[in-house]
Amino acid sequence: MDYSAAQSGFRQRKLQHNMRLRNSSVDGPDGGQLFDDTSAAGPANQGVYRNQQAGPQAAGPPGQSFLSDPMSNLAMVYGSSLATQGREMVDKNLDRFIPISKLKYYFAVDTVYVGKKLGILVFPYMHKNWEVSYQQDTPVAPRFDVNAPDLYIPTMAFITYILVAGLALGTQNRFSPELLGVQASSALVWLIMEVLAVLLSLYLVTVNTDLTTIDLVAFSGYKYVGMIIGIIAGLLFGRLAYYLSMLWFCGAIFVFMIRTLRLKLLSEAAAEGKLVRGTRNQLRMYLTMSIAAAQPVFMYWLTYHLIR
Amino acid sequence: MAFTLYTLIQTAILCINAIAVLHEERFLSKMGWGADQGVGGFGDDPGVKAQILNLIRSVRTVMRGGASMASTTLQNCSVHLNK
Repeated sequence: MDYSAAQSGFRQRKLQHNMRLRNSSVDGPDGGQLFDDTSAAGPANQGVYRNQQAGPQAAGPPGQSFLSDPMSNLAMVYGSSLATQGREMVDKNLDRFIPISKLKYYFAVDTVYVGKKLGILVFPYMHKNWEVSYQQDTPVAPRFDVNAPDLYIPTMAFITYILVAGLALGTQNRFSPELLGVQASSALVWLIMEVLAVLLSLYLVTVNTDLTTIDLVAFSGYKYVGMIIGIIAGLLFGRLAYYLSMLWFCGAIFVFMIRTLRLKLLSEAAAEGKLVRGTRNQLRMYLTMSIAAAQPVFMYWLTYHLIR
Repeated sequence: MAFTLYTLIQTAILCINAIAVLHEERFLSKMGWGADQGVGGFGDDPGVKAQILNLIRSVRTVMRGGASMASTTLQNCSVHLNK
Protein backbone atom coordinates (compact mmCIF):
# COMPACT_ATOMS: atom_id res chain seq x y z
CA MET A 1 0.00 0.00 0.00
CA ASP A 2 2.68 2.42 0.98
CA TYR A 3 4.74 1.40 -1.98
CA SER A 4 1.99 2.09 -4.49
CA ALA A 5 1.01 5.32 -2.77
CA ALA A 6 4.58 6.53 -2.86
CA GLN A 7 4.84 5.52 -6.48
CA SER A 8 1.69 7.31 -7.48
CA GLY A 9 2.87 10.30 -5.48
CA PHE A 10 6.07 10.25 -7.44
CA ARG A 11 4.08 9.89 -10.60
CA GLN A 12 1.88 12.77 -9.50
CA ARG A 13 4.81 15.13 -9.57
CA LYS A 14 5.80 13.92 -13.04
CA LEU A 15 2.21 14.24 -14.24
CA GLN A 16 1.87 17.73 -12.90
CA HIS A 17 5.10 18.67 -14.58
CA ASN A 18 3.80 17.14 -17.82
CA MET A 19 0.53 18.98 -17.51
CA ARG A 20 2.28 22.27 -16.99
CA LEU A 21 4.42 21.63 -20.02
CA ARG A 22 1.42 20.62 -22.07
CA ASN A 23 -0.53 23.68 -21.03
CA SER A 24 2.31 26.01 -21.81
CA SER A 25 2.89 24.30 -25.10
CA VAL A 26 -0.77 24.47 -25.97
CA ASP A 27 -1.18 28.06 -25.03
CA GLY A 28 1.83 29.58 -26.68
CA PRO A 29 2.12 33.30 -27.27
CA ASP A 30 -1.25 34.89 -28.10
CA GLY A 31 -3.44 31.89 -28.94
CA GLY A 32 -2.87 29.49 -31.77
CA GLN A 33 -1.37 26.10 -31.27
CA LEU A 34 2.38 25.86 -31.54
CA PHE A 35 2.29 22.07 -31.58
CA ASP A 36 -0.28 19.68 -32.95
CA ASP A 37 -2.39 17.91 -30.48
CA THR A 38 -1.09 14.43 -31.33
CA SER A 39 -2.88 12.46 -28.62
CA ALA A 40 -6.29 11.54 -29.98
CA ALA A 41 -7.99 11.90 -26.63
CA GLY A 42 -5.90 14.74 -25.28
CA PRO A 43 -8.35 16.41 -22.90
CA ALA A 44 -9.65 12.96 -21.95
CA ASN A 45 -6.10 11.91 -21.00
CA GLN A 46 -5.70 14.93 -18.87
CA GLY A 47 -8.98 14.11 -17.20
CA VAL A 48 -7.78 10.59 -16.41
CA TYR A 49 -4.51 11.92 -15.02
CA ARG A 50 -6.33 14.38 -12.85
CA ASN A 51 -8.52 11.57 -11.58
CA GLN A 52 -5.46 9.56 -10.70
CA GLN A 53 -4.09 12.45 -8.75
CA ALA A 54 -7.29 13.00 -6.89
CA GLY A 55 -7.77 9.32 -6.05
CA PRO A 56 -4.76 8.60 -3.83
CA GLN A 57 -4.83 12.07 -2.35
CA ALA A 58 -8.39 11.86 -1.16
CA ALA A 59 -7.98 8.17 -0.21
CA GLY A 60 -11.14 7.53 -2.13
CA PRO A 61 -12.32 4.28 -3.74
CA PRO A 62 -9.16 2.33 -4.42
CA GLY A 63 -10.42 0.47 -7.43
CA GLN A 64 -9.37 2.69 -10.28
CA SER A 65 -6.28 4.31 -8.85
CA PHE A 66 -4.45 1.18 -7.66
CA LEU A 67 -5.37 -1.57 -10.04
CA SER A 68 -5.11 0.41 -13.20
CA ASP A 69 -1.47 0.94 -12.33
CA PRO A 70 0.43 -2.14 -13.57
CA MET A 71 3.32 -1.82 -11.12
CA SER A 72 1.16 -1.68 -8.04
CA ASN A 73 -0.91 -4.56 -9.35
CA LEU A 74 2.19 -6.69 -9.64
CA ALA A 75 3.30 -5.62 -6.19
CA MET A 76 -0.03 -6.62 -4.69
CA VAL A 77 -0.04 -10.04 -6.30
CA TYR A 78 3.53 -10.68 -5.19
CA GLY A 79 2.78 -9.53 -1.68
CA SER A 80 -0.25 -11.76 -1.33
CA SER A 81 1.67 -14.77 -2.62
CA LEU A 82 4.43 -14.04 -0.10
CA ALA A 83 1.86 -13.86 2.67
CA THR A 84 0.35 -17.20 1.70
CA GLN A 85 3.76 -18.83 1.62
CA GLY A 86 4.67 -17.39 4.99
CA ARG A 87 1.46 -18.57 6.54
CA GLU A 88 1.92 -22.09 5.21
CA MET A 89 5.44 -22.22 6.61
CA VAL A 90 4.31 -21.00 10.01
CA ASP A 91 1.50 -23.54 10.08
CA LYS A 92 3.80 -26.37 9.19
CA ASN A 93 6.42 -25.45 11.77
CA LEU A 94 3.95 -24.66 14.50
CA ASP A 95 2.32 -28.02 14.08
CA ARG A 96 5.55 -29.67 15.10
CA PHE A 97 5.63 -28.06 18.54
CA ILE A 98 2.01 -27.60 19.43
CA PRO A 99 -0.21 -30.22 17.82
CA ILE A 100 -2.91 -27.92 16.55
CA SER A 101 -5.11 -30.66 15.12
CA LYS A 102 -5.11 -32.52 18.41
CA LEU A 103 -5.95 -29.33 20.26
CA LYS A 104 -8.96 -28.80 18.05
CA TYR A 105 -10.45 -32.02 19.38
CA TYR A 106 -10.41 -30.64 22.88
CA PHE A 107 -12.26 -27.51 21.93
CA ALA A 108 -15.04 -29.24 20.03
CA VAL A 109 -17.66 -28.51 22.63
CA ASP A 110 -21.12 -27.11 22.66
CA THR A 111 -23.33 -25.51 25.25
CA VAL A 112 -25.10 -28.70 26.28
CA TYR A 113 -21.81 -30.42 26.98
CA VAL A 114 -20.49 -27.50 29.00
CA GLY A 115 -23.64 -27.37 31.05
CA LYS A 116 -23.62 -31.08 31.78
CA LYS A 117 -19.92 -31.12 32.58
CA LEU A 118 -20.24 -28.22 35.00
CA GLY A 119 -23.11 -30.05 36.63
CA ILE A 120 -20.95 -33.16 37.05
CA LEU A 121 -18.11 -31.07 38.46
CA VAL A 122 -20.36 -29.53 41.06
CA PHE A 123 -22.32 -32.69 41.91
CA PRO A 124 -20.59 -35.85 40.79
CA TYR A 125 -22.44 -38.19 43.10
CA MET A 126 -25.39 -38.99 40.88
CA HIS A 127 -23.49 -39.63 37.67
CA LYS A 128 -23.53 -43.31 36.87
CA ASN A 129 -21.59 -44.04 33.73
CA TRP A 130 -18.08 -42.62 33.70
CA GLU A 131 -16.68 -44.40 30.69
CA VAL A 132 -15.38 -42.53 27.70
CA SER A 133 -16.94 -43.87 24.55
CA TYR A 134 -14.69 -44.64 21.64
CA GLN A 135 -15.29 -44.67 17.95
CA GLN A 136 -12.97 -47.09 16.21
CA ASP A 137 -10.07 -46.56 18.55
CA THR A 138 -10.26 -42.79 18.69
CA PRO A 139 -12.08 -41.09 21.51
CA VAL A 140 -15.29 -39.40 20.58
CA ALA A 141 -15.31 -35.61 20.51
CA PRO A 142 -16.47 -33.95 23.74
CA ARG A 143 -19.57 -32.74 22.01
CA PHE A 144 -20.93 -36.26 21.91
CA ASP A 145 -19.66 -37.70 25.15
CA VAL A 146 -19.95 -35.97 28.47
CA ASN A 147 -17.12 -37.98 30.02
CA ALA A 148 -14.48 -36.92 27.54
CA PRO A 149 -12.00 -34.32 28.80
CA ASP A 150 -11.97 -30.96 27.09
CA LEU A 151 -9.83 -27.87 27.31
CA TYR A 152 -12.53 -25.27 27.00
CA ILE A 153 -13.73 -25.39 30.59
CA PRO A 154 -10.22 -25.41 32.12
CA THR A 155 -9.04 -22.49 29.96
CA MET A 156 -12.09 -20.40 30.71
CA ALA A 157 -11.95 -21.30 34.38
CA PHE A 158 -8.28 -20.36 34.59
CA ILE A 159 -8.84 -16.95 33.03
CA THR A 160 -11.89 -16.37 35.20
CA TYR A 161 -9.88 -17.34 38.26
CA ILE A 162 -7.28 -14.69 37.47
CA LEU A 163 -9.97 -12.06 37.01
CA VAL A 164 -11.77 -13.05 40.20
CA ALA A 165 -8.44 -12.99 42.06
CA GLY A 166 -7.94 -9.45 40.83
CA LEU A 167 -11.45 -8.61 41.98
CA ALA A 168 -10.79 -10.09 45.41
CA LEU A 169 -7.54 -8.18 45.76
CA GLY A 170 -9.29 -5.02 44.66
CA THR A 171 -11.93 -5.25 47.34
CA GLN A 172 -9.16 -5.39 49.91
CA ASN A 173 -7.28 -2.46 48.41
CA ARG A 174 -4.35 -4.66 47.59
CA PHE A 175 -4.67 -4.46 43.84
CA SER A 176 -2.19 -3.28 41.27
CA PRO A 177 -2.03 -4.34 37.62
CA GLU A 178 1.24 -6.22 38.06
CA LEU A 179 -0.42 -8.45 40.62
CA LEU A 180 -2.65 -9.90 37.91
CA GLY A 181 0.40 -11.02 36.03
CA VAL A 182 1.96 -12.40 39.19
CA GLN A 183 -1.20 -14.38 40.00
CA ALA A 184 -1.41 -15.69 36.46
CA SER A 185 2.18 -16.86 36.28
CA SER A 186 2.04 -18.32 39.76
CA ALA A 187 -1.06 -20.38 39.00
CA LEU A 188 0.41 -21.43 35.67
CA VAL A 189 3.61 -22.60 37.36
CA TRP A 190 1.66 -24.65 39.88
CA LEU A 191 -0.30 -26.20 37.03
CA ILE A 192 2.85 -27.11 35.14
CA MET A 193 4.46 -28.57 38.25
CA GLU A 194 1.38 -30.63 38.98
CA VAL A 195 1.23 -31.99 35.45
CA LEU A 196 4.95 -32.80 35.54
CA ALA A 197 4.60 -34.55 38.89
CA VAL A 198 1.72 -36.65 37.60
CA LEU A 199 3.66 -37.50 34.44
CA LEU A 200 6.68 -38.51 36.49
CA SER A 201 4.67 -40.72 38.78
CA LEU A 202 2.88 -42.30 35.82
CA TYR A 203 6.27 -43.11 34.34
CA LEU A 204 7.56 -44.59 37.56
CA VAL A 205 4.60 -46.86 38.07
CA THR A 206 4.69 -47.98 34.40
CA VAL A 207 1.04 -47.62 33.78
CA ASN A 208 -0.05 -48.39 30.27
CA THR A 209 -2.64 -45.76 29.75
CA ASP A 210 -3.88 -43.62 26.94
CA LEU A 211 -3.87 -40.47 29.02
CA THR A 212 -2.08 -37.82 27.03
CA THR A 213 -0.39 -34.78 28.51
CA ILE A 214 -3.23 -32.58 27.34
CA ASP A 215 -5.68 -34.85 29.16
CA LEU A 216 -3.73 -34.30 32.35
CA VAL A 217 -3.74 -30.54 31.81
CA ALA A 218 -7.50 -30.73 31.34
CA PHE A 219 -8.00 -32.74 34.52
CA SER A 220 -5.81 -30.39 36.48
CA GLY A 221 -7.77 -27.45 35.16
CA TYR A 222 -11.13 -28.68 36.34
CA LYS A 223 -10.46 -27.65 39.91
CA TYR A 224 -10.50 -23.97 38.95
CA VAL A 225 -14.27 -24.11 38.67
CA GLY A 226 -14.59 -24.91 42.35
CA MET A 227 -11.99 -22.30 43.24
CA ILE A 228 -13.87 -19.56 41.42
CA ILE A 229 -17.15 -20.35 43.14
CA GLY A 230 -15.36 -20.58 46.48
CA ILE A 231 -13.76 -17.17 46.09
CA ILE A 232 -17.00 -15.56 44.95
CA ALA A 233 -18.88 -17.08 47.87
CA GLY A 234 -16.18 -15.80 50.19
CA LEU A 235 -16.42 -12.31 48.74
CA LEU A 236 -20.18 -12.17 48.91
CA PHE A 237 -20.94 -13.91 52.17
CA GLY A 238 -17.79 -13.90 54.26
CA ARG A 239 -15.28 -16.46 55.42
CA LEU A 240 -17.78 -19.05 56.59
CA ALA A 241 -19.27 -19.29 53.12
CA TYR A 242 -15.79 -19.58 51.68
CA TYR A 243 -14.90 -22.50 53.91
CA LEU A 244 -18.21 -24.26 53.33
CA SER A 245 -18.07 -23.96 49.56
CA MET A 246 -14.41 -25.00 49.48
CA LEU A 247 -15.28 -28.04 51.56
CA TRP A 248 -18.05 -28.96 49.18
CA PHE A 249 -15.96 -28.49 46.06
CA CYS A 250 -12.94 -30.29 47.51
CA GLY A 251 -15.12 -33.31 48.10
CA ALA A 252 -16.67 -32.98 44.66
CA ILE A 253 -13.36 -32.76 42.81
CA PHE A 254 -11.96 -35.62 44.87
CA VAL A 255 -14.80 -37.92 43.88
CA PHE A 256 -14.72 -36.69 40.29
CA MET A 257 -11.00 -37.38 39.91
CA ILE A 258 -11.15 -40.78 41.52
CA ARG A 259 -14.05 -41.92 39.39
CA THR A 260 -12.51 -40.59 36.21
CA LEU A 261 -8.98 -41.83 36.81
CA ARG A 262 -10.06 -45.20 38.10
CA LEU A 263 -11.16 -46.22 34.64
CA LYS A 264 -8.02 -44.96 33.00
CA LEU A 265 -5.28 -46.01 35.36
CA LEU A 266 -6.36 -49.18 37.02
CA SER A 267 -6.58 -52.50 35.34
CA GLU A 268 -9.89 -53.84 34.16
CA ALA A 269 -10.63 -55.99 37.15
CA ALA A 270 -9.70 -53.44 39.75
CA ALA A 271 -11.72 -50.77 38.07
CA GLU A 272 -14.86 -52.76 38.47
CA GLY A 273 -14.43 -52.83 42.19
CA LYS A 274 -13.04 -56.30 42.75
CA LEU A 275 -10.12 -56.47 45.11
CA VAL A 276 -7.07 -57.47 43.13
CA ARG A 277 -3.91 -58.22 45.06
CA GLY A 278 -0.43 -57.46 43.87
CA THR A 279 1.94 -54.60 44.47
CA ARG A 280 1.38 -53.11 41.07
CA ASN A 281 -2.33 -52.69 41.52
CA GLN A 282 -1.75 -51.32 44.95
CA LEU A 283 0.68 -48.77 43.55
CA ARG A 284 -1.84 -47.76 40.95
CA MET A 285 -4.51 -47.33 43.58
CA TYR A 286 -2.18 -45.18 45.68
CA LEU A 287 -1.34 -43.14 42.59
CA THR A 288 -4.99 -42.48 41.84
CA MET A 289 -5.70 -41.53 45.42
CA SER A 290 -2.74 -39.20 45.66
CA ILE A 291 -3.57 -37.42 42.41
CA ALA A 292 -7.11 -36.93 43.61
CA ALA A 293 -5.97 -35.83 47.06
CA ALA A 294 -3.56 -33.27 45.64
CA GLN A 295 -6.43 -31.38 44.04
CA PRO A 296 -8.04 -30.07 47.24
CA VAL A 297 -4.60 -29.12 48.55
CA PHE A 298 -3.97 -27.01 45.46
CA MET A 299 -7.44 -25.55 45.63
CA TYR A 300 -6.86 -24.35 49.14
CA TRP A 301 -3.31 -23.22 48.49
CA LEU A 302 -4.22 -21.03 45.55
CA THR A 303 -7.18 -19.30 47.17
CA TYR A 304 -6.60 -18.83 50.86
CA HIS A 305 -4.49 -15.73 50.45
CA LEU A 306 -7.30 -14.05 48.55
CA ILE A 307 -9.80 -14.24 51.38
CA ARG A 308 -8.72 -12.37 54.44
CA MET B 1 3.94 -17.60 47.10
CA ALA B 2 4.82 -15.81 43.94
CA PHE B 3 6.29 -18.28 41.53
CA THR B 4 7.32 -17.12 38.13
CA LEU B 5 8.17 -19.13 35.07
CA TYR B 6 11.77 -18.21 35.58
CA THR B 7 11.89 -19.83 39.01
CA LEU B 8 10.35 -22.91 37.46
CA ILE B 9 13.12 -23.11 34.89
CA GLN B 10 15.70 -22.54 37.60
CA THR B 11 14.21 -25.29 39.75
CA ALA B 12 14.15 -27.72 36.85
CA ILE B 13 17.77 -27.05 35.97
CA LEU B 14 18.87 -27.40 39.58
CA CYS B 15 17.04 -30.69 39.99
CA ILE B 16 18.51 -32.11 36.80
CA ASN B 17 21.91 -30.93 37.89
CA ALA B 18 21.47 -32.64 41.25
CA ILE B 19 20.59 -35.90 39.54
CA ALA B 20 23.52 -35.59 37.20
CA VAL B 21 26.15 -35.14 39.90
CA LEU B 22 25.31 -38.30 41.78
CA HIS B 23 28.56 -40.18 41.67
CA GLU B 24 28.41 -43.71 40.40
CA GLU B 25 31.05 -45.44 42.45
CA ARG B 26 31.06 -43.60 45.69
CA PHE B 27 27.41 -43.27 46.26
CA LEU B 28 25.03 -45.23 44.12
CA SER B 29 26.76 -48.58 44.29
CA LYS B 30 27.04 -48.30 48.03
CA MET B 31 23.31 -47.88 48.27
CA GLY B 32 22.63 -50.69 45.85
CA TRP B 33 21.46 -48.32 43.16
CA GLY B 34 24.31 -48.85 40.71
CA ALA B 35 23.80 -48.92 37.00
CA ASP B 36 24.37 -52.62 36.70
CA GLN B 37 22.24 -53.64 39.62
CA GLY B 38 18.54 -54.13 39.53
CA VAL B 39 17.89 -53.97 35.81
CA GLY B 40 17.69 -57.70 35.54
CA GLY B 41 14.06 -58.34 34.81
CA PHE B 42 12.83 -57.99 31.26
CA GLY B 43 9.33 -58.98 32.13
CA ASP B 44 6.43 -56.63 31.96
CA ASP B 45 6.92 -55.43 35.50
CA PRO B 46 10.10 -53.40 35.92
CA GLY B 47 9.12 -52.05 39.29
CA VAL B 48 9.60 -48.61 40.75
CA LYS B 49 13.26 -49.04 41.69
CA ALA B 50 14.30 -50.11 38.21
CA GLN B 51 12.42 -47.18 36.72
CA ILE B 52 14.16 -44.73 39.01
CA LEU B 53 17.55 -46.22 38.16
CA ASN B 54 16.75 -45.96 34.47
CA LEU B 55 15.73 -42.36 34.91
CA ILE B 56 18.89 -41.43 36.79
CA ARG B 57 21.10 -43.15 34.25
CA SER B 58 19.36 -41.54 31.28
CA VAL B 59 19.51 -38.08 32.85
CA ARG B 60 23.21 -38.51 33.43
CA THR B 61 23.77 -39.65 29.86
CA VAL B 62 21.91 -36.69 28.46
CA MET B 63 23.76 -34.35 30.76
CA ARG B 64 27.09 -35.56 29.41
CA GLY B 65 25.96 -34.00 26.16
CA GLY B 66 24.70 -30.51 25.52
CA ALA B 67 22.49 -30.06 28.55
CA SER B 68 25.47 -29.13 30.70
CA MET B 69 26.10 -26.26 28.32
CA ALA B 70 22.52 -25.13 28.78
CA SER B 71 22.88 -25.15 32.54
CA THR B 72 26.08 -23.10 32.46
CA THR B 73 24.48 -20.54 30.17
CA LEU B 74 21.49 -20.34 32.48
CA GLN B 75 23.73 -19.76 35.47
CA ASN B 76 25.50 -16.96 33.63
CA CYS B 77 22.17 -15.39 32.73
CA SER B 78 20.95 -15.55 36.31
CA VAL B 79 24.17 -13.96 37.53
CA HIS B 80 23.63 -11.11 35.08
CA LEU B 81 19.99 -10.68 36.00
CA ASN B 82 20.49 -10.73 39.72
CA LYS B 83 23.06 -7.95 39.66
